Amino acid sequence: MAELRLTGRPASPGLALSRLFVLADAERAAASRSAEDPEREAERLRAAVAGAIEELEQVASPADDAARDILEFQIAMLGDDALSEAAFAVIADGGDAAGAWQAALDTQVDDYANAEDEYFRARSADLADLRDRVLRILSGARQQSVPAGTVLVALDLPPSRFLGIDWQAGAAIALAGGSPTSHVALLARARGVPMVVGLGADVMRVPSGQEAMIDGERGTLVVAPGEATRAAAQVREVEIRKRQAVTDKFQHAQAKLPNGEAVTVMINTSGPDELSLLDPAICDGIGLVRSEFLFHGAALPDEETQYLAYVRILEWAGSRPVTIRTLDAGGDKPVKGLTLDDEGNPFLGTRGIRLSLLKPDVFRVQLRALCRAATRGNLKIMLPMVATPRDLAQGRAHLAAVIADLAARKTPYAEPPLGIMVEVPAAAIAIDRFDADFYSIGSNDLTQYVMAAARDIASLSDYADAADPAVLSLIARTVEHGKRTGREVSLCGDAASNPAVVPHLLDAGLRSLSVSASSVGLVKAAIAGALVG
Amino acid sequence: MKNGTATDQAATGAIVIAHEVGLHARPSVKLTKLAKIFGSKIELGLSEGGPWIDAKSIVKVMAFKAAKGSTLHFRAQGGDATQAVAALVDLVRRDFDERHGGG
Repeated sequence: MAELRLTGRPASPGLALSRLFVLADAERAAASRSAEDPEREAERLRAAVAGAIEELEQVASPADDAARDILEFQIAMLGDDALSEAAFAVIADGGDAAGAWQAALDTQVDDYANAEDEYFRARSADLADLRDRVLRILSGARQQSVPAGTVLVALDLPPSRFLGIDWQAGAAIALAGGSPTSHVALLARARGVPMVVGLGADVMRVPSGQEAMIDGERGTLVVAPGEATRAAAQVREVEIRKRQAVTDKFQHAQAKLPNGEAVTVMINTSGPDELSLLDPAICDGIGLVRSEFLFHGAALPDEETQYLAYVRILEWAGSRPVTIRTLDAGGDKPVKGLTLDDEGNPFLGTRGIRLSLLKPDVFRVQLRALCRAATRGNLKIMLPMVATPRDLAQGRAHLAAVIADLAARKTPYAEPPLGIMVEVPAAAIAIDRFDADFYSIGSNDLTQYVMAAARDIASLSDYADAADPAVLSLIARTVEHGKRTGREVSLCGDAASNPAVVPHLLDAGLRSLSVSASSVGLVKAAIAGALVG
Repeated sequence: MKNGTATDQAATGAIVIAHEVGLHARPSVKLTKLAKIFGSKIELGLSEGGPWIDAKSIVKVMAFKAAKGSTLHFRAQGGDATQAVAALVDLVRRDFDERHGGG
C-alpha cells in the first residue's frame, strides 16, 4: 500500500508509530426486533439501563478526577428517569425496546450536537455513548476487545470506552469525527495518549493491521509511512522530547534573562473558551484579548454579552493584568454588517479604531461593557490601528462620554488605563506625539506596513520578518520613549512567540512580551538563553 | 403566606452562574445531587417567569445548556424550601467548589 496522508485536528499531542485497529461500527448496531408485549419490552429496557449503570460502575475505578467525573455524569444521566421517559412512552404504544431507546436518545444526541456552545456540543458524544452501551446490552453482544498498543481508529470514541482500554506506549487515537474539547480528548491529554480528530470518513476504510504514524500535534495520520516519513518522524520525536523537557522546566517559572533580570511574559487569547483549558499560573497576565471573538455571531453582541465575556476572562486571570483590544475588524478580519466591503486595499482601509470612530454606537457599547467589567479585575483598554494623535484623542473622548454616562446612571464602573497598539509606522516613528497610558507593539501589522508586504500573500512571506533592522529600530524607538516617560511597552505579535526572534526583541530593549499560550515555555527558555544549539 | 402552614414554605432565589463553562456536566451533577437531598419540590429557570424544570433531574438541568453568565432562578415548595434554595444558591456562589483553570 502506498503512503496515505490524512489531516485532521490535533486533540492530544505526541507521536506514535503502530498498527491500526479499526473499531467496527457494528458495535452499536443492535438489530431492532419485533416488539413483544409492552410490559416485557419495558422490562427489557429497564434491565439494560440497569446493566449499563452496573458496567459503568465497574469500569476500573479511575485514578484521575476527569475520568471519575465523566463516569459519575454518565451514571447520573442513566439513573434519571427523564432520560428514558420518551422511550417508555413509545414502548407503551407498542414499540420495541431497542428502537424506542435509539429514537429517544438520538433526539438527545442531536439536541446536544446542535448546541451553540462547543462544550455542550461535545456532550453529544456522552449521550451517544450511553445510547450505544444500552443498545449493545439489549442486543446481547459483547464489546470488541482492542489490542494493546495500537492506533485505534473509530468514528468517535465514547469516554467510557476509552476508560476500558489499556493505553500502553505506542497506543494512539485517530477519529473520523470527534472534537478536541470532548471528554475523551481531555482524557487522552491527561493520559498522554496522542490523538487526532476530524480525519473524515476515509480513515474508516483503511484496513486494520496497517502500520500508521500519528502526529497529535500537527493533527496528521500517515498510513503505510515510507522511509522518508519514518526518518522525519524520528528526528521530530527527538525534537519534541527535547522541547517538551525545556517547556516543562520553564513553563511555570518567572521568565528571567541570564543575568537574572525579570521579563514579563503574558499570553494572547481569542476568548474565554480557550482559556478554560489553561493554567493562569504560566503567565503574568493577558497582553492581548482579541475582542473579535464576540463579533462572529449573526448579530452584533449586546453590552451584557460583552460584559459577561470580559468578566469571565478577568476571573480566569485573577489579579493579573488583562489588556483588551477594542474591535479590530477590517483588513483580513471582516465582520458582516459592520466592515466596509468595497475597499480595494482593506489592510490600508477602514479598520481598527478607524471603523470604531465611523460606528460610534458600536464602539460605545463595547466601551461601556469594558468600563463595567473593569470593576471585576485588572482591565486595560487598547485601541488598534492608531495612526494620528487625533485617533487617540477621539477614542479617549468616547471613553470619557461613556464614563460620564455610567456615573450619571450610578452604574458601577472603573476607568481603565487607555493604551494604543503601535502597529502603524506613523505611530512608531513619532511615538512621542501619542499620550497613551501604555503602548503595545503589534509586530505583525507593523512589519507588513514597514516592509510594504501584505500578510496574506504567501509568496511574500520572506518579507514578513519582524527581526528586520528597520522594524527593530522602530521597536527600540518605542521602548525608549516608554522608558523616558515611565510608560509600559509590550509586544504582542507573532514575533514574540518565535524563539529565534525573541533575542532580537530583548536586544531592542523589550522586557514584556505577549505570546501564544502554547509557546510560553519555549519563549521563557529563549529568554533564559537556554535554547542555544 | 395566607394559606401556608408552618411546614409548607415557598422560597425563591437567583444567582449568576460564574463557572467558566456554564452549567456543565460536573456542576450539573453537583447541583442535582444537592437538590435531591431536600424533600421540597425544587425548580430551576433561566428567567423569573420560567419555563421551570425539575432541579433534581440532571437530564433536564443539562438540557438547559446554561452558559456562564446566565442567571439561575430557583423556586421551591415544601417543608425545607428555604434551606434548599439557600443551599443551591450558595453552591453556585461557591462556583461549585471548583478551582479555576483546571480542564
